[in-house]
Amino acid sequence: MKELSSAIQLIPLENYIFLSVALFSIGMMGVLFRRNTIAILMCLELMFNSVNLLLTAFSAYHSDPAGQVFVFFIMIVAAAEVAVGLSIVVMMKRNVDSIDINLLNRLKW
Amino acid sequence: MIFLFYLLSTIMIVCALLVVFSKNPINNVIYLIMCFIAMAGHYILLNAQFLAVVHIIVYTGAIMVLFLFVIMLLNLNKAIIIRKSTVTRVSAVVTGGIFFLVLLAATRQTFEIDAKYPFNSEIGLVSGIGKTLFSEFLLPFEISSILFISAMVGAMMFGKKDA
Repeated sequence: MKELSSAIQLIPLENYIFLSVALFSIGMMGVLFRRNTIAILMCLELMFNSVNLLLTAFSAYHSDPAGQVFVFFIMIVAAAEVAVGLSIVVMMKRNVDSIDINLLNRLKW
Repeated sequence: MIFLFYLLSTIMIVCALLVVFSKNPINNVIYLIMCFIAMAGHYILLNAQFLAVVHIIVYTGAIMVLFLFVIMLLNLNKAIIIRKSTVTRVSAVVTGGIFFLVLLAATRQTFEIDAKYPFNSEIGLVSGIGKTLFSEFLLPFEISSILFISAMVGAMMFGKKDA
C-alpha cells in the first residue's frame, strides 16, 4: 500500500488529463457516428466515465475526498439515466419496431 | 508503475475505439466492459479503492447487464446494418479529432498543478469516503434516493404497454 501510493506521484497529472480528453473525444465521436440507439447510450457512458476518471485523478492529487464523493454521485445519476434511457429504447422498439435514431426526427426541425 | 499506466490506457483507448466501430451490439457491450475493468485498474492505481469496487459493481455488474438484457430482450443480437451516410460518418470522425486536438491544445500548457497538500493515502479508502459522504454531503446523498424513486417510476411509466 505504501509503495503503491508513493508510486502514484511518479505519474504526472497531465497524463490523466490527456487520457480523459481522448476518451471523451472518442465518446463524442461515437455519439455522432452511430445510429443504433443502444450504441449511442454506450458512448454516453464512455463520456461519463472519462469525466469520472479526471475527477478522481484531481481528487487524488489534491488529497481532497470531495472529488471522489462527486464521482459517487455521478455514478448514481448515470444509473438512473441508463434505466430511463433503456426503457425509452424498449418503448421505441415497441412503437416503431426499430432502434434507428433517425426515425425519431420530428423534433429536429 | 508508469508502465502499468500506459498498459491500462492502451487497453482503454483500443476498447473504446472498438465500441464505436464494431457492428455487433453484443461485441460493443463486451468491449465496453473491458474498458471499464481497465478503468477500475486506473482507480486502484490512483489509490481510490472504494471507487474501484463501486465501479466494478455498478457499471460492469448492473449497468452493462442491463444493456445486455435489453439487447437480448429486443432480439438485437445480430449485426444490424443501419449506418449513417458516408459524409456524416467522415464528418463525425473529423469532428471528434478536431475536438480532441482543441482540448489537448487547451489543456497542454494551462495546468500548473502541484500537490498543494501533503499526499494522503487514506482519502480513497472506504472510511475516508464514508466520513466525507455522511458529514459534508449528507443532504445530497438523501436527495439522490428521491432521484432513484423518480427514475424507477419513470422507467415503469415508459415500460407500460398502453403508455
